[in-house]
Amino acid sequence: MRDVSIVGVGQTAVAEHWDRSIRDLSVEAIAAARRDAGVERVDALFVGNMLSGELAGQENLATLVADACGLLPIEALKIEAACASGGAALRAACLAVGSGAHDYVLVLGVEKMTDHLTDGVTSALALAADADYEAAHGISFAALNALLMRRYMHEHRARHEEFAPFSVNAHRNAALNPHAMYRTPITVDEFIQSPVVADPINILDSAGICDGAAALLVAPSSEARRARRPPVRVAASVCATDTLGLAERRDPLVWQAVADSARLAYDQAKVKPKDIDLFEIHDAFTIVSALTLEACGFADRGSALKLAAEGRIALEGDIPIGTMGGLKGRGHPVGASGVYQLVECVLQLRGEAGPAQVKGASIGMAQSVGGSGSVAVTHILAT
Amino acid sequence: MELPRYHRLRGAYYRLEGSACPGCERRFFPPRAVCPSCKTAGLGTVAFSGRGTLYSWSRVVQPPRGFASLAPYDVGMVRLEEGPLVTAQLADTEGVELAIGMPVEMVTRKIRDAEEHGYIVYGYKFRPLLRPGGAGGP
Ligand SMILES: [Zn+2]
Repeated sequence: MRDVSIVGVGQTAVAEHWDRSIRDLSVEAIAAARRDAGVERVDALFVGNMLSGELAGQENLATLVADACGLLPIEALKIEAACASGGAALRAACLAVGSGAHDYVLVLGVEKMTDHLTDGVTSALALAADADYEAAHGISFAALNALLMRRYMHEHRARHEEFAPFSVNAHRNAALNPHAMYRTPITVDEFIQSPVVADPINILDSAGICDGAAALLVAPSSEARRARRPPVRVAASVCATDTLGLAERRDPLVWQAVADSARLAYDQAKVKPKDIDLFEIHDAFTIVSALTLEACGFADRGSALKLAAEGRIALEGDIPIGTMGGLKGRGHPVGASGVYQLVECVLQLRGEAGPAQVKGASIGMAQSVGGSGSVAVTHILAT
Repeated sequence: MELPRYHRLRGAYYRLEGSACPGCERRFFPPRAVCPSCKTAGLGTVAFSGRGTLYSWSRVVQPPRGFASLAPYDVGMVRLEEGPLVTAQLADTEGVELAIGMPVEMVTRKIRDAEEHGYIVYGYKFRPLLRPGGAGGP
């Protein structure tokens, strides 16, 4: 396989874009990434998106985007892996560029969620769960995570408020990111008093519904010097899967796909968890952050809350997570989130993250998770 | 729920039917074709007893579309006495203090709002067994 680099990044603000369509958001993000790279050539486009059919009434999405951006007749495909769609789109680009099939590949993550009321979005998100044995029983996505959270609290004798540091950290970091949706810091009290979605999960445990698009231009590392910006290498790209149904795992508190994809990524990049300078974590719910830190080797089983309480996840900590706000603070346009994470990771490694900059960052990890830990795509980027 | 789909699910929804592996003796719910442990294909059907204990639970306040008439409602994961975990709604929980580990049993109830086709979708739920050894108890 050829070595692959990211040579350009672009993003729209994450927001409730009432006046903008999935097409408008895509065009803006792609134009920004191409401008950033200063490269004209594009050989293929992979679009990470989860819900365009359900929420925008639009499939055949990649062709629409290629057309809207004036890129016809290049190869263009939509990549869907629930909330991991964004990470999966870069994975597809790495396969295409790594194999030599293409040289310059655009990766877009886009999602448009705010045209619908909450019950419609709640139903759409549940499409990532098992349709017959979870969603059909009214088990929302928040409910699945609530079941995990209560069990975690039971096994590790944890109180709900001990999950607050994840949310507080995300909002603190988002306040430093001009593209983030929630740019207001929150307190532990606000976390505790926030309205319940599915007990014990409340609004401030959960990433918000929003719209956004982010894009990357990927090229062989040997070509990457032609770009305007310093290239960032893709040192590892891995996808792993677990059962769709949460109940079908031997131990639902062990996120095996997350663990497998991280372990294989460490092997590929020849690094250990302690070498990772920042981790763009899939913090769709606070419980997901806890289970992920444990699965990826940053905390022993049952000790992720302690790690968060000690401030080790903050920008100045030894394992900063969600450095630009994460899914919780930046906003979680589901199929786009994985690409936002990668854009942010690239900005950090280039030293362009502004007030959110992690000092001396040279190795970053971004992980995109779909379903209740049923598909996990891990990328490790390096300067 | 589309009627053909509901029809296909009747064994699992009404009788809690899952699969048993002839190769390694493991049992599964929901039913599956291939054993994930020993990779034996063509698993046999087995009906579970419907008795188990509560592994975890949640009260859903913000329901998905099609569940507004039930909200707020309780859901849980139940460890069946034969081994598998099942995710389902809980029934008859009013006035009951739910607790992990409490005994529960399967009942058949309406699982979602009425739909345009007029058929009511029934399926398994689990209710707390407050008086072990009493009516309906083990
Ligand atoms: Zn078997």
